[in-house]
Amino acid sequence: MLELKSIHTFYGNIQALKGISLKIHEGEIITLIGANGAGKSTTLMSISGIAKPRTGEILFHDQPIHDKSPDEIVNMGICQVPEGRHIFPQLTVQENLDMGAFLRSDKAGIKSDMDYVYSLFPILATRRNQPGGTLSGGEQQMLAMSRALMARPKLLLLDEPSMGLAPLIIKQIFEIIKKINKEQNTTIFLVEQNANQALQIANRGYVIENGKVSMHDSAEKLLTNPNVQKAYLGI
Amino acid sequence: MISLEEFKRSFKVALWFMFLTFPLLVIKVNPIERTVLWKWENMAFVGIGAFILSVLIRAFFIQKERSRNSSKNKRRFGYIGDEPLVQFILREPKYLYPLSGGVLIFALLFPALFDTYQTNIMTTALMYVVLGLGLNIVVGLAGLLDLGYVAFYLVGAYSYALLNYHFDIGFWMALPIGAMLAALFGIVLGFPVLRLRGDYLAIVTLGFGEIIRLVMENWNAFSHGPSGISNIPRPGFFGMDLSLDSAILYIYYLVVALVIITIFVVNRLQDSRLGRAWIALREDEIACQAMGIDKTKTKLTAFALGATWAGLVGVIFAAKTTFINPASFTFLESAIILSIVVLGGMGSILGVIFGALVLILLPEYLRVFSEYRMLAFGGILVVMMVFRPQGLIANVRRTYQFKKSTKGGDS
Repeated sequence: MLELKSIHTFYGNIQALKGISLKIHEGEIITLIGANGAGKSTTLMSISGIAKPRTGEILFHDQPIHDKSPDEIVNMGICQVPEGRHIFPQLTVQENLDMGAFLRSDKAGIKSDMDYVYSLFPILATRRNQPGGTLSGGEQQMLAMSRALMARPKLLLLDEPSMGLAPLIIKQIFEIIKKINKEQNTTIFLVEQNANQALQIANRGYVIENGKVSMHDSAEKLLTNPNVQKAYLGI
Repeated sequence: MISLEEFKRSFKVALWFMFLTFPLLVIKVNPIERTVLWKWENMAFVGIGAFILSVLIRAFFIQKERSRNSSKNKRRFGYIGDEPLVQFILREPKYLYPLSGGVLIFALLFPALFDTYQTNIMTTALMYVVLGLGLNIVVGLAGLLDLGYVAFYLVGAYSYALLNYHFDIGFWMALPIGAMLAALFGIVLGFPVLRLRGDYLAIVTLGFGEIIRLVMENWNAFSHGPSGISNIPRPGFFGMDLSLDSAILYIYYLVVALVIITIFVVNRLQDSRLGRAWIALREDEIACQAMGIDKTKTKLTAFALGATWAGLVGVIFAAKTTFINPASFTFLESAIILSIVVLGGMGSILGVIFGALVLILLPEYLRVFSEYRMLAFGGILVVMMVFRPQGLIANVRRTYQFKKSTKGGDS
């Protein structure tokens, strides 16, 4: 579904990605784990077109997307939940979700999707007229994910959904990620620091170090790999 | 009601004021006769005045604090329940329509009720209403701080003046051309500042405004430089030339019509898809991109649509005064228009209208106290920002209420 072919991304003169290649198949949950500054978020930003790669190719359904603008990429069905949530603080929960459906015009579809995300996160339904900025961290993460789902993406990019949340909420969020993947058949690309949680729900995992993919295997194998255990799982 | 401690503080404030104003108000040096006059009575006035003012402000704050603490259900002035009266009226068409109808009738009858001088001032104030509403699109909705807004006003005015001078183009032809040229300049300014935010954006727009003015001032062959362009014709009424009085009347009604159109359009824009994109862009750029909003297009339309109104008003301005030169388009104008938006309440249409009326009419009516006019004006601005930082009428965006049905969470 999505294929990255040796992409190199720079911030000014600083090279963040030094040839990342990976493949995501339809219906999978793929996770990308790595330390701080390894290039995890940059990989996502490159896919969604916000930080464009200088060289290399990104193919979505065999079509190159690395030269497209962010809004075109969203329109093709790739939606990102940015790191740190980035909800609209002064818009209400409802309006935040409306913004998620910005590129869509099928009213009935939007309505049914809205009902779907409210069923995923009932807490949001009770807060729908409340400004997004007044929600707690966990609720904001739920809102950010719901908002991305409102675009009805084929591929959902999640950037550290567990950041700054209590363990119980993290568990809940990961269960919902699994549910979205199953029920909506949404392919999910998950970037995480919390390698243990991420690998437990993922099909396959990539390990990134200093802008390069250092390891790539099925999630179960990575969980039992001694090197991964030592470096990322703290076992 | 005020403790001794508060009095002491006010006394200190008074002392400071006396000390700080000492060189300005007490010492009067006459360099010719080489004498120094000590006006000690001024110091006493300053001291007493500052003391009383300080006590009053303290008393006001204490009162405010107390009323907030004591009873929440007690009726407050200007409120219905928890809602400010203004918001309540805006929400209820039952009250809104008759009220706005009344205002409209008053506006239409205004020239009959007051003399030409007043009509003239009102025309100016209404022009600033349109300017304020235009800048409100850029600053209030899209959150892009534009300090060079006057440049678009200038473009509108000069496009009418120059087109008329060279090609004898009439007012009604020049109106759309001026608006379009201003929009074009809006886009021209928009491109280089796409990546800028906040302070940097403000500096670049400020520079843009100054550049346009300086070009007009120095490019004599094109714009007649500082001496400006005179004898710009007033708008004709179906080919007839009007006398001065009826021309003033005509322009007044023209501006009233423009204000109504502007309010309608801006109101529709605010609730549109584009309006929502602007508001979202103001709140969070990264999230906007992640939601598939085209940042470039959204920002450029904000600049272009904001500039359009300035262009329209510019053309009317040139027709109204029949003479323009670059001195009418200094940074001060941008600052005033920005103050209108900020003072009135960012993003709030009604607020901007009030802001424009207050900021333009007040200095006119304060002419009686000619010398202290600007002082009073500045004082009012400072007091406003202290007591109502959200503006005269804060913007409350339209929210949709969901009624809970018996089935549960469904709307």
